[in-house]
Amino acid sequence: MNKFFIMVGQTFKSRVKSKSFFITTLVTLALIFLITNIQTIIEMFDDDEEGAGTSEIAVVSDEESWAILLGETLSSQEGLSVEVNEVNSDEAREAVEEGTYDSAISLDSGEDGLPVATQYTGEDSSLAEAEMMQQSLQQVKIAIAAEEAEVDKATLQAINTPIPFETVSVGEESGAKSSEEMAQTRGLVYVMLFLLYLSVMLYGSMIATEVATEKSSRVMEILISSVSPVSQMFAKITGIALLGLLQFSLILGVGYLGVQQNSGEGSFLNEFGLGDIQLSVIAYGVLFFILGYLLYATLAATLGSLVSRLEDAQQMISPMIYLIIIAFFISVFGLNAPDSTFITVTSYIPFFSPLIMFLRVGMLDIPLWEVILSVGFLVAAIIVLAMIGARVYKGGVLMYGKSTSLKDVKRAFQLSKKEN
Amino acid sequence: MTLKLHNVTKKFGSFTAVDHLSLEIPEKQIFGFLGANGAGKTTTFRMILGLIQESSGDITWNEGGIGYDKSHLIGYLPEERGLYPKMKVQDQLVYLARLRGMNSKEALHEIEQWLEKFKVPDYKSKKVEDLSKGNQQKIQFISAVLHKPKLLILDEPFSGLDPVNVEMLKKAVVELKEAGTSIVFSSHRMEHVEELCEHLCILHHGKPVVHGRLKDIKRSFGKKNVRVRTDFDLAFLKDLPGVTKYKSLGDSCELQVENEHVSQTILSELHGKGFIRTFDLEEPSLNDIFIEKVGNSFE
Repeated sequence: MNKFFIMVGQTFKSRVKSKSFFITTLVTLALIFLITNIQTIIEMFDDDEEGAGTSEIAVVSDEESWAILLGETLSSQEGLSVEVNEVNSDEAREAVEEGTYDSAISLDSGEDGLPVATQYTGEDSSLAEAEMMQQSLQQVKIAIAAEEAEVDKATLQAINTPIPFETVSVGEESGAKSSEEMAQTRGLVYVMLFLLYLSVMLYGSMIATEVATEKSSRVMEILISSVSPVSQMFAKITGIALLGLLQFSLILGVGYLGVQQNSGEGSFLNEFGLGDIQLSVIAYGVLFFILGYLLYATLAATLGSLVSRLEDAQQMISPMIYLIIIAFFISVFGLNAPDSTFITVTSYIPFFSPLIMFLRVGMLDIPLWEVILSVGFLVAAIIVLAMIGARVYKGGVLMYGKSTSLKDVKRAFQLSKKEN
Repeated sequence: MTLKLHNVTKKFGSFTAVDHLSLEIPEKQIFGFLGANGAGKTTTFRMILGLIQESSGDITWNEGGIGYDKSHLIGYLPEERGLYPKMKVQDQLVYLARLRGMNSKEALHEIEQWLEKFKVPDYKSKKVEDLSKGNQQKIQFISAVLHKPKLLILDEPFSGLDPVNVEMLKKAVVELKEAGTSIVFSSHRMEHVEELCEHLCILHHGKPVVHGRLKDIKRSFGKKNVRVRTDFDLAFLKDLPGVTKYKSLGDSCELQVENEHVSQTILSELHGKGFIRTFDLEEPSLNDIFIEKVGNSFE
């Protein structure tokens, strides 16, 4: 048992210390930081273009009350500094040309006695600002019109209040979450699916490479004379798993912090359904990551033990990679139709379930027993695969020569068994 | 701590790699394993180590089998040399020693001493891939003996080394034996086995053709070598009864005779023929025995 941990430690340490691990982790983390903070970053550049950050706006009108009303409405907006009737209309226009003001608004009385607005803008004017200005003006106009029509304030307020609107999910049989909920989790589930897919593939091939490296450098024979192939195989799997968990938690941690800091009303993260991260979804993600990893890692170690040259390792594990890719494509399809029969069925098939059951758990409200059943199948598959894998591994590590086909599984099996 | 193999057979499919091999390897001695390529030496070693299962028969060491619980008592230098190419010598040796149940501190101390002994102390922090083949082999040898095993199995330890390094390693092997290690090693270099071993076994196609103490083997082989150098032609000796081989070497010749008495017949035949410069009766070399035993069964 002690030797098992020495091997786990060695596998973990040698990978963590490697340059490639350091660089990939750093690049990934930087990328995540960038994505979650993209809004802030974009705004930062916007600020640069606008100079000081606040726009100076002059409001001019012959009707003193209109000017004050608009001034108040605009002042409540962020990033605007408003000056009311400091200058007259022509002076304001000149001031904008000279750059003293960013823009100026002149209110005149129209034919119907209601205000007509003209905006003078400089070079840096933005469409968003004009739109905001228009909205404020509209409010002012409504207030003035209402006053002239002698509508009382309470009525006006009642008209302006938005209608209460709520969607209630009643389709209990399908177990679908309300479309709002679904949209909220979709983003998270998608991100997690992608992480699962990527990490299982990455760490799976890492294990196959690790085993193949030890075989091709022939250090394997010393190793198996010290430590039994079975504990060796699981030491490798555990070592890489620790590495995976470290990387995974770094990514999730940075991602979570980034989302926490940047989510808020109207942030784009909310639009993608990433604003409200449910910890239960993360927990399921970690569970399915561990199980999915164990399944594919066992397969990878088994396949890796069959090749004698490093170059053959990729070829050997390609069937495994195809399995993961298929699982991923099914799950992408499932994102849009999580309650289809096809998805339900595939969520019980071990090689697909880590991705697809996770998708269902994330997107739907499914009964617990379904999750347990699927996890049960998965665990059973892992155990069976580990048992076969240990046997193949034991024979495979002593097998040298040109071996890139699955037929060698049989040879390895024979080599490890006692013949009479 | 005697290592016993009893009627051990290993089959790979229809191919028999080791065929009913029975051996007794005494402790604290050096036991030599001889055989042509593919004779079954490595397979036998792997069975002793429990890396592969024997098809039938059994192997016992100290009244028990050899399992992973005893791996700290066993050292193994595989025929196919291999270390982690990218790892530093010291890290590598510490790791391998820990897998054999040694603690790091002890291992570091031993590594220091062994590197010193092999005159390569500055290799400690070098990567293995930067070392020459011969030096890699020294490191590999250290990895096999670092944890002070009771039983040391060396598969072709001297192949590919220059004479200076061969001597260095031989010396180390003898020292280990004197310190009480039982050593089994294989080779196809007869002179190494002849020099180091008290007991040996010659394998041929998985079968032991010669087995026992070196002295007994030589004695029971019976045949002797006679070397003669004279001033006259010696071709007539070829047809003498009891002469099994004749090899002319210019003014001298080498004869193999059935037993030592034949040498006296030859001597009396030579008498009076002319000037005899050399007449030498020699023990057969292991090489002669090997070629005789293995060569014969080829026919």
